[in-house]
Amino acid sequence: MSDHLIVRSIGPAAAIQDLGRPGFMSVGLTRGGASDPTALHEGAALLRQAPSSAVLEMAGMGGVFEASAEIRIALTGAVMDASIDGTSVQWNASHSVPAGSILKIGAMRQGNFGYLHVGGGFDTPSYLGTRGCHLSAGLGRLIQAGDQLPIGEDKSKDAGCQLVPEQRLDGGKIRFVRSMQSNKFDDATMTRFTKTEFRRDPRGNRQGIRMDFVGDGFQSGGQLNIVSEVTIAGDIQITGDGTPFVLMHECQTTGGYPRIGMILPCDLNKVAQAPVGSLLRFELLTLEEGTAVQARANAVLSGLRKSVKPLVRDVSSIQNLLSYQLISGAISAKDSPLD
Amino acid sequence: MTENLEIPETWPQIKTVGLAGVIVTFSGALSEPANRAAIAFRAAVGEMEWRDIEEINSTLVSTFLRINLSVHKPEPIIERLQELVDSKDWLSAPLPTGRTLWRVPTLFGTGRAPQLAEAAEMAGRTVEQAVTDLSTTRMRVLTIGFAPGQPYLGTLPEHWDLPRQTNITPNVPAGSLVTAVRQFCLFPYDTPTGWRHVGATGFLSFRPNSAHPFPLSAGDEMIFDPVSEAEFVQIESVDHSGNGGAQTEVLG
Repeated sequence: MSDHLIVRSIGPAAAIQDLGRPGFMSVGLTRGGASDPTALHEGAALLRQAPSSAVLEMAGMGGVFEASAEIRIALTGAVMDASIDGTSVQWNASHSVPAGSILKIGAMRQGNFGYLHVGGGFDTPSYLGTRGCHLSAGLGRLIQAGDQLPIGEDKSKDAGCQLVPEQRLDGGKIRFVRSMQSNKFDDATMTRFTKTEFRRDPRGNRQGIRMDFVGDGFQSGGQLNIVSEVTIAGDIQITGDGTPFVLMHECQTTGGYPRIGMILPCDLNKVAQAPVGSLLRFELLTLEEGTAVQARANAVLSGLRKSVKPLVRDVSSIQNLLSYQLISGAISAKDSPLD
Repeated sequence: MTENLEIPETWPQIKTVGLAGVIVTFSGALSEPANRAAIAFRAAVGEMEWRDIEEINSTLVSTFLRINLSVHKPEPIIERLQELVDSKDWLSAPLPTGRTLWRVPTLFGTGRAPQLAEAAEMAGRTVEQAVTDLSTTRMRVLTIGFAPGQPYLGTLPEHWDLPRQTNITPNVPAGSLVTAVRQFCLFPYDTPTGWRHVGATGFLSFRPNSAHPFPLSAGDEMIFDPVSEAEFVQIESVDHSGNGGAQTEVLG
């Protein structure tokens, strides 16, 4: 049997993910994939492997895992408490996990979706060509306690690296461009939309997230007689009562509500990771500005490997510092260290 | 003097869709020619084999081309599309060849499709007339969407312009034929719906474990042949493929 990760316990919404399943839009299946694709690129850079490798996406809480053999892991996305055999380990870093060791991923500190990567990627069954779970389409299932997740062949042994992730876990400014139905909203409505402070509503899932706000809705002209049209992750859809919903990666392929605009792919991560109640503000870019911003973001992702640095343990991050033996064996300043 | 002068919209329209692609829309309302144009234009764009296009989809009245606009500039793409749009009258273009006609054995009414009588009454038809209408109208897959493989089929005669229910039926089983607004939907999964459940079939429009998980394409045609309850049960007992005893024929 190949190396595998034994799932001792797991949160209620963990699933194998990847960069999604493009090419099935015309038969009603959206791309799907990880809620925070940037985290997949970061994990791949830390482990020096392809960003298409399958990972474990953990929403809200983590789990307890045991490695069947020595493996490499990387931890990215929403920041969570993590430890290997009781010693806390850094997030946004890669680590070695000895065979039989217990990896615990606990409470979420910041963000919504945390990622556990393994060297070689998870080698779980693929559905329609890729391994990512697409829950709303019934492809794959949530991970359960007792599952043994097979791991692909790992060509490297390098671990103990870190990177500084792109800031994206607390909402903030979300950039968008006009889309095919933006002209159904008058200038005053568009301006008000870009000046409104929204809060991420608790009503949200992998298909869409509601934006909460105070004041009048953002109605378009002819809201009720629009012909159903393609929907894509990143669409800002305005429902009948004027409330914006941001469509996420498992959205449907078609929908009848008008879209005021579409969020840049590089900023959709921020919406996915924004905790309930966090502030979000939408900034309208021209198509030219938007393509330039996105092109720069693409370049950052492809250059991530260059920003990976060796892990230097920061003493302040050692939670059980007092349990470490720091005194005996300490040498005298006067004695020769070679004695 | 300025009035609220409506600027008449002209069609087709070519627009960018965020940074995700470009859409060509043939009408502001659903019509048979606009849907036919969207399907025909999709086939024509497919034949061009333009390398910047990642996938092509046709919706009710549009053809959507997924193109990464942060990599490919939209202006030259729009120019090429405009040229293709102008090359003929797409509203009178024929549907592409090589589509499939599906004849699907269907049990109308009974406990397996309990809203036939209600729907017939709303359409002003007897149950017998309703079955004739629903089983003899050759329906086109207008588009596929909402759920994987799920077809929207049109178009029934005008008296079948039934509104959706105000109450949602909590669950109709996979293979159910439901109707509203002169259309059918054929559900791939058990699902809640506001459409009325008039027929049962063994036809699954999404077969995730099959070599051909998506049997239908936009532009295919479907006829729902009525069968008796005994015949339906017989088909169910022998055909476990998800095809529900359907017969196919290639349309020239």
